[in-house]
Amino acid sequence: MTEYLLILVSTILVNNFVLVQFLGLCPFMGVSGKLETAMGMSLATTFVLTLASVCSYLAYTYLLEPLDLAFLRTITFILVIAVVVQFTEMVVRKTSPLLYRVLGIFLPLITTNCAVLGVALLNINKNNNFVESVLYGFGAAAGFSLVLVLFAAMRERIAVADVPVAFRGAAIGMVTAGLMSLAFLGFTGLVSV
Amino acid sequence: MWTSILIAVVVLLALAVVFGGLLGFAAERFRVEGNPLVDQIDSLLPQTQCGQCGYPGCRPYAESIANGGPINKCPPGGETTIKALADLLDVEPEPLDAEHGVEQAKRVAVIREDECIGCTKCIQACPVDAILGAAKHMHTVIESECTGCDLCVEPCPVDCIDMVTLEPDIRSWTWTPPTSGVIATDRQGAGV
Repeated sequence: MTEYLLILVSTILVNNFVLVQFLGLCPFMGVSGKLETAMGMSLATTFVLTLASVCSYLAYTYLLEPLDLAFLRTITFILVIAVVVQFTEMVVRKTSPLLYRVLGIFLPLITTNCAVLGVALLNINKNNNFVESVLYGFGAAAGFSLVLVLFAAMRERIAVADVPVAFRGAAIGMVTAGLMSLAFLGFTGLVSV
Repeated sequence: MWTSILIAVVVLLALAVVFGGLLGFAAERFRVEGNPLVDQIDSLLPQTQCGQCGYPGCRPYAESIANGGPINKCPPGGETTIKALADLLDVEPEPLDAEHGVEQAKRVAVIREDECIGCTKCIQACPVDAILGAAKHMHTVIESECTGCDLCVEPCPVDCIDMVTLEPDIRSWTWTPPTSGVIATDRQGAGV
């Protein structure tokens, strides 16, 4: 039980995918302009990441490993992720047109979110079992959501702040992200996994 | 060596086929039925995207008509569009709502090019991207793309855009409708 908790704490705070491992930076900068879109993106990414983590684990363990095809893992995972994203897009479009309009182009863009592929590959590297893979994927997504929503909230405030002209827009966003990353480095040593 | 390559190819192929089948099934299962009426109405509208009806484009106006809104708000379409809409929706045609503008013959915008200062304001105003040009260079209108919506006239700081009425050519020319009373029985009917 403790180890599962440790996995969650590790992925959400200590080894946060965005701010410590620097994966999935594009949606982190791209969708954080408004809190609402950030939340929608977090939800979609959480769903996709967890599902993709599970599916790629299953594909690796029950297909690639028995057939001795571990070298095919990257292309297989990309295939799995693309399918999961497409599937999610269809379901979201059917069930929540509003969310579909809010997410817009960012939903298909989850396919190229490196955090998703990163989780799938790291699962294999860490020899995670099934439950650990689920938690690892979910934890990574929760960490992503946490920093995305925090960052979006900050950017909404920065948007109305009196920023020097040269720093306006993406520049101040980058600076803020860097400071956040520094803050998250402070979690190192919280737990050791 | 060759068998392992073969296995790899077959496995990937099988995966792709399975996933493709899954997606195909999902596309069928989670198909979104768009409102077909909106599409039909939209195809009858002139697609000028001029916003004279008070909606941000032809499609939003079509959606409002599909929800039971008035059909007489489209000046570029004029009588013809109102009649076609009335036919489609099986309602009585109404005269054009003058609040949104009056019907005019098909016009296009023409830029007096020697007066253009290249400010790009008309390019930003054009809803159909029919104006060509770059900052500090002369702009011009692509006549076949222009819908004659007038939206570029207002932003021009040097007033160098004219709306020119198109002379009917071989494709747009129509018979002038006969004046009533040509047929003898019509004249009698009017008298009764």
